Amino acid sequence: MVKDQDKIITDVTSGDYKYGFYSDIEAEQIPKGLNENIVRTISKKKNEPEWLLEFRLKSFRHWQTLKMPQWANLKIPPIDYQDIIYYSAPRQKASPESLDDIDPELKRTFDKLGIPLEEQKHLTGVAVDAVMDSISVKTTFRETLAESGIIFCSFSDAVKEYPDLVKRYLGTVVPYTDNFFASLNSAVFSDGSFCYIPKGVRCPMELSTYFRINAANTGQFERTLLVADEESYVSYLEGCTAPMRDENQLHAAIVEIIAENNAEVKYSTVQNWYPGDKNGKGGIFNFVTKRGLCRGENSKISWTQIETGSAITWKYPSCILKGDNSTGEFYSVAVTNNYQQADTGTKMIHIGKNTKSTIVSKGISAGHGQNSYRGLVKVVKNATGARNFSQCDSLLLGDKCGAHTFPYIEVDNQTAIVEHEATTSKIGEDQIFYCNQRGISTEDAVALIVNGYAREVINKLPMEFAVEAQKLLEISLEGSVG
Amino acid sequence: MLVIKNLQAEINGKLILKGISLEVKAGEIHAIMGPNGSGKSTLAAVLAGRELAKVTEGTVTYLGKNLLDMPPEDRSKEGIFLGFQYPIEIPGVSMVNFMKTAVNEHRKHKGLEPLSASDFLKMMREKKELVEIDSKLANRSVNEGFSGGEKKKNEIFQMAMLEPKLAILDETDSGLDIDALRIVANGVNRLKRPDNAAIVITHYQRLLDYIIPDVVHVLYDGRIVKTSGKELALELEEKGYDWIKQDVEKKDLS
Repeated sequence: MVKDQDKIITDVTSGDYKYGFYSDIEAEQIPKGLNENIVRTISKKKNEPEWLLEFRLKSFRHWQTLKMPQWANLKIPPIDYQDIIYYSAPRQKASPESLDDIDPELKRTFDKLGIPLEEQKHLTGVAVDAVMDSISVKTTFRETLAESGIIFCSFSDAVKEYPDLVKRYLGTVVPYTDNFFASLNSAVFSDGSFCYIPKGVRCPMELSTYFRINAANTGQFERTLLVADEESYVSYLEGCTAPMRDENQLHAAIVEIIAENNAEVKYSTVQNWYPGDKNGKGGIFNFVTKRGLCRGENSKISWTQIETGSAITWKYPSCILKGDNSTGEFYSVAVTNNYQQADTGTKMIHIGKNTKSTIVSKGISAGHGQNSYRGLVKVVKNATGARNFSQCDSLLLGDKCGAHTFPYIEVDNQTAIVEHEATTSKIGEDQIFYCNQRGISTEDAVALIVNGYAREVINKLPMEFAVEAQKLLEISLEGSVG
Repeated sequence: MLVIKNLQAEINGKLILKGISLEVKAGEIHAIMGPNGSGKSTLAAVLAGRELAKVTEGTVTYLGKNLLDMPPEDRSKEGIFLGFQYPIEIPGVSMVNFMKTAVNEHRKHKGLEPLSASDFLKMMREKKELVEIDSKLANRSVNEGFSGGEKKKNEIFQMAMLEPKLAILDETDSGLDIDALRIVANGVNRLKRPDNAAIVITHYQRLLDYIIPDVVHVLYDGRIVKTSGKELALELEEKGYDWIKQDVEKKDLS
């Protein structure tokens, strides 16, 4: 019976990565390696103001004092930070005025990924900032959004056009000293998205950033800064893919969110970086720091993530619940197949009074995949009336994979109510056979069971993407049970 | 419809079926009875295509095709239904979703378009009435938290939905109270047609008060040791299985 199950698992865990192509695009690159000069070069390339260069240099000097964190339940091969190209930009006119100024090959690449850069072709109601390697290529619907006072543009444009806003918020949620990868990003980040929703505005469309790694031997270091002013609402989505390569590539991003009084931000991620091949060769190292600050009263930040890609994932989208009555949410599905590893979870820091947080984490492990949930629920002394509910479920396909949970709870206020539930289940050979006997093939059976398991989280995604995410889950586990 | 010749099968290297021959014709109901451990469930498993049971010898022909060559899902789509002795729970998958997937796979196999949501729900409603199943069951996860009786009724409900040509019911009566037994049996009887057949595997005779078999076989130690009409079931009920065992052992000695 164990043998049957093994066969099942080998069969189902061998799906193909659909986005692994490479586009031949002329790029402007700087030499490999990392030192103060490189940091200065990046800043110069972007014509940055002095204060931003200073921010980078401070970050770089701090980074040099740090060592890569070892506490995660991950086996990370040594990374040679001098062997990475920190800036690689598809060549284009200084500031493309219209789509005609963009390299047609670049347009074709995004078309192929299902992210057309032409507004009229796009899903109605979704604005996209398309980032390739080190730069933002095009931001759609900028003008339409500007009519409601919404700023949605590349990070570089924001530095030029709204320096005061950027200066006011940059590094306030994730300081440059936060951790090894955050310091690295703060030193060398090359672009990303900036978004500001003014007071009382409900963003009329979904905003999104699509990250594409294309060039070899590069790393991608982008930042997203999202500010929701009082009484505003925005739903934001990010997606990402990369070519198939035998070498690992590093992606170290930062996302900072600020929600003021009565503001609500919904941030969804469909992470589909190249996961490496069936034997664990290649794939993206996704080491990301994401954090939201519920600064205002009654504010709310909600993270939803569907993590199917990357060779190694290290990420903990968190909420600092500073405003009274603020709410933090974290909904996650993380899949590790073949030799993928993930150490992911969240931190909910309750500071204000009557703050609430909800954590729903669903891990799915197949093949030799290792999946860890790591979470912290912290209630500080003055956070009267804090409430948390956490649910961590693990689903195992086969007996070569692993699921681990590391929940930390620190409560310094007696009025807090903190609940934690955890389950581990396995897709059994008997469940598969039961489905087979009703005429459902093994692959469809696995998809049915996995989707049933992940439904609660998928339902949190914006409608247009829920179907996509469901398909992605199925592809990620294709061949893993048979 | 189904022709089994000298079927031998083992589980984990142990020979369980030691040469079974059996023919089921359209329109017939066969009962297979026998003491515990005689190989009844193994026979059901082999017919449904469970890998656990390995066929070492013999042939099974179903509607002119070699059944043993077909993967289990194809057997299902060709009209073989197994009512499980212990129905499996699938948390998170609703009965509606499960049945819709199954029914549409069957339709695809027949070259039919998938049912529309409203047609499907209508079909579910009709079949639910047939087995007097609580309509809330359909919104729950497959078999999760169902009582023993509900699980068995749910098997008959699925059978009604899939309209099999050959239904194999593996101890569907075990663990049922008399009301549930009557409902299950009614379900089976109402689904009976001249062009389909059923194999009812049971330990006790009482199910056969409700489902009248055309042929009764007694399975003992991996072999069919007696085949007769429905009166055999009554005889077994009265005398137990011991006299059969003694009969067989006497024959083996001589």
